[in-house]
Amino acid sequence: MKVSNPLWKEKLAGKMPEHLAREIDIFETEITLRKQGKLEEKLFAETRLRRGAYGQRYDNGQRSDGQKVQKLNFPSGDLTKGLNTLWDAPGMQRIKIPGGGLNAEQLEVMAELAEEYSDGIAHVTTRQDFQLHYVHIDDTPALMRRLAAANITTREACGNSVRNVTACPYAGVCTDEAFDVTPYSQALAKFLLGHPDCQNFGRKFKPAFSGCAQHACGLTGLHDLGLIAKKRTNEATGREELGFEMYVGGGLGAVPYQAKLFDEFVPPEELLPLAQAIARVFARHGEKKNRNRARIKFLIQDIGIEKFRELVREERKILPFDPRWTEYIAEAQTQFTEAPLKPAVDVTELVLISGLNGHGPEFQKWLQSNTRPQRQPGFVTVTVALPLGDITANQLRSLADIARRFTRETVRTTVEQNIVLRWVSKGDLAELYKALHAVGLGDAGAGALVDITSCPGTDTCKLGISSSRGLAAELRKRVSEKSFTSDQAVQNLHIKISGCFNSCGQHHVADLGFYGVSRKIAGYAVPHFQVVLGGQWERNAGSYGLPVVAVPSKNIPKVVSRLAERYVADRKTGEIFKDFVVRTGKAQLKALLEDLTKPPAGDRSFFSDWGDPREYTLGDMGEGECAGEVVSPLDFGLAAAERELFEAQLAHERGEPQRAGGGAYRAMLTAAKALVQVEHSDIGNDPDQIVNEFHARYYDTQLFFDPFAGGKFANYLFDAHRKAGQSYTSESSRYLMDEAQLFIDAAYSCSNRLGTLVTA
Amino acid sequence: MMQGILEEAIGLELQHINAKLLLENPEQLDLDAVVNVFHSWIQDQVCEELLLDVADYRHVHQGPGIILIGHEADYSIDNADGLLGLRYNRKARLEGSNHDRLAHVIRAALIAAERLQADTRLNGKCNFNGQDIQIFINDRVIAPNVAETRQVVEPELRTFLGSLFGELPYSINFEPDARRLCAVSIKASQPLTLSSLLANLEASKRTSHGIA
Repeated sequence: MKVSNPLWKEKLAGKMPEHLAREIDIFETEITLRKQGKLEEKLFAETRLRRGAYGQRYDNGQRSDGQKVQKLNFPSGDLTKGLNTLWDAPGMQRIKIPGGGLNAEQLEVMAELAEEYSDGIAHVTTRQDFQLHYVHIDDTPALMRRLAAANITTREACGNSVRNVTACPYAGVCTDEAFDVTPYSQALAKFLLGHPDCQNFGRKFKPAFSGCAQHACGLTGLHDLGLIAKKRTNEATGREELGFEMYVGGGLGAVPYQAKLFDEFVPPEELLPLAQAIARVFARHGEKKNRNRARIKFLIQDIGIEKFRELVREERKILPFDPRWTEYIAEAQTQFTEAPLKPAVDVTELVLISGLNGHGPEFQKWLQSNTRPQRQPGFVTVTVALPLGDITANQLRSLADIARRFTRETVRTTVEQNIVLRWVSKGDLAELYKALHAVGLGDAGAGALVDITSCPGTDTCKLGISSSRGLAAELRKRVSEKSFTSDQAVQNLHIKISGCFNSCGQHHVADLGFYGVSRKIAGYAVPHFQVVLGGQWERNAGSYGLPVVAVPSKNIPKVVSRLAERYVADRKTGEIFKDFVVRTGKAQLKALLEDLTKPPAGDRSFFSDWGDPREYTLGDMGEGECAGEVVSPLDFGLAAAERELFEAQLAHERGEPQRAGGGAYRAMLTAAKALVQVEHSDIGNDPDQIVNEFHARYYDTQLFFDPFAGGKFANYLFDAHRKAGQSYTSESSRYLMDEAQLFIDAAYSCSNRLGTLVTA
Repeated sequence: MMQGILEEAIGLELQHINAKLLLENPEQLDLDAVVNVFHSWIQDQVCEELLLDVADYRHVHQGPGIILIGHEADYSIDNADGLLGLRYNRKARLEGSNHDRLAHVIRAALIAAERLQADTRLNGKCNFNGQDIQIFINDRVIAPNVAETRQVVEPELRTFLGSLFGELPYSINFEPDARRLCAVSIKASQPLTLSSLLANLEASKRTSHGIA
């Protein structure tokens, strides 16, 4: 869409890390190929998802307007970017922020992108990512280049891949952590990004780190791979050792699973290789055909944790040594060190408040809810509470200024959709509060009742059933009102809302959780939320809540009030909400809410959802893209070969025969390597090795032979390989490109003949 | 990033222009009703752009407010910098000269503002004085917010404003923060009706096409 899109590549040349620049070039070429019909829809969808470019509601080209279903006649017509996903339909761009760590420049870039490609809002997710909505697919390469120039990637932010590696935002400054997990989380993120062993999953894979077992900040219990920092004393040497308690197979979704203990103590040097071995076992044994059972939690459930552990240990033994296992950790330990900008100052609250003209009570509330002491005396962390995880472009720039003024740009996003400033000198708190307050970022209540977590729901998600954000906005208003109970135990509860059962809002681990469902009443669909009570946020999402009853959306505020009142009235001394729910029991809780399960007679407002005046319908739901279809590494490899050949053809058109000939040869090698990898996943990039393996596995066996032409096409590769390094003329490179096309076509035919062997 | 792209500002083709018409007595406007109005615009597809959805960001401080998302352009009741107004954000390319593009964007904003003003669901509480207008270039590579861009933009802008306001004096103030979009706040010396501004644009178009 943007006229300037082609200009960014040149503008940012040399300013992007080379591997990211190349990655974006590839994606841009894939966009071109898809537009020309040379890349099939399924492949493009998965490659798009693996760059974080996700579909959005109504992208099938139709939308209910409350009266009728409208067909959305986009200019690109029927061109698609995935199954039932029209090219021009706005999409969501997810941006990976490993461990949530950002600097001021990155905040400013996020602001620019939100303004220029999205709707002026950047959204922090429950996995420390950023998301931009209403983005056109044609804008994504420019957007990605601007991110890459700020050292941010969107690669593998969606799709069947290793997602953002999350980590406690207080790592390194927390008062009761075992040790700082930051360098380990960063090393794992770098190691697994684009790793060949992570390219053939049936579904996504989410790792998380926590510095302790007792708090919630890492949520390791609900992750595919959870790592909790641990110290122990070596009995032989008497020395203290660092390591990780490793958990696997956690996950929310419709049926939540608690992660299982894989190993009580994994030393740092084993962290990356064990993760790699787990990835290999998941890729090899995980479900591929039924995506509803393709997460690693199902594999572990099916074979048992003992068998899974055994498979991983066996795999670990045969892993080829990789020096990056320790190098990346050593590098990260140097790279991810933080220091304060200002000296530590310890002042009393009274002194602080005296500096706040007119802000006294609000400041006091903010101090209590939004700041916490660091383990470094005289410093605190400050949580910037973002309503529904949203922040404007102007606020991002102001926050960048604030981060520079008060810290050394030590900023992290949180899984509660907020932003934390670290290393704030306590003496600066009054001035910092003023600065935040001036730009609307000084709200109190971080991590409290008012700080409601919500997924996008029906606002933008194709799977949304009810308006989670609409409900969250309404509840924020209501619990902020003076008439709502000020009881501290209630104010400390967590509300989390998902638009459907897939749990992106993490409702299972909230005190008061809600997920979208629909019910038919008097022949009409009515938006509802299932009430889920008593989940445990602490202890890294220690236990999951109890579904109680489904209630119409418009009655949910009453549900919150009524439960809060009952809790205040009936709780025993010191009883937390989770225990109150267990003691009260589902039957009583359901009875308490029973009269709210039906809309009042004649009240038509119940037939529309919060913040959306249209008559409610399920007709706008689409097919989820949380993971794309499973695309095998062979499919990806052959698509990459085609792209390389396309680039060679462009070089030929530009009058660069050497580049064209070399590209055609490399395209054949890529296709051959993809075939070899079906049986031999560890094949490297050495051309001799690829050609030899291809010869042995596909030529000698005649598996590659065409029914009519025999081994003719394979010989194109062998000839090109023999002549590699020679110079190409315009003519010879053109011949070679033709041969490469035939070789790739033959590779596709071979892939089809391999049939189930390839996709198994 | 800005320095390397300055040369592009010379002889620049303005695209992705935004125009914002500020509201009079903004506190009187019922924003819940605006949500309903925007949904009805989608139902009837009243604009020349393909209208898609409504996004409500009233929960953020001085944010984009309520946005009517379209394919070629978005319309919003925008509250950036605490100034509530109707904003037209052109996303798709526009043909013609810079003057043509400025005219297209202002015209689209004025027509939408007139439509809001006339909507009975807003109870006569949505009014524009026609006096306060902001223009943004929503593309930092086309128009980085630096002095060189302003030097190039200002003469063209003044020519355009001459056709919009006629003989009426006006003042312009460019946004000074280089990190923000290249933007200008325009204030005419007195209020103007939306219809008179539209008429001025139409007259200017006719003149430029040589129609008497």
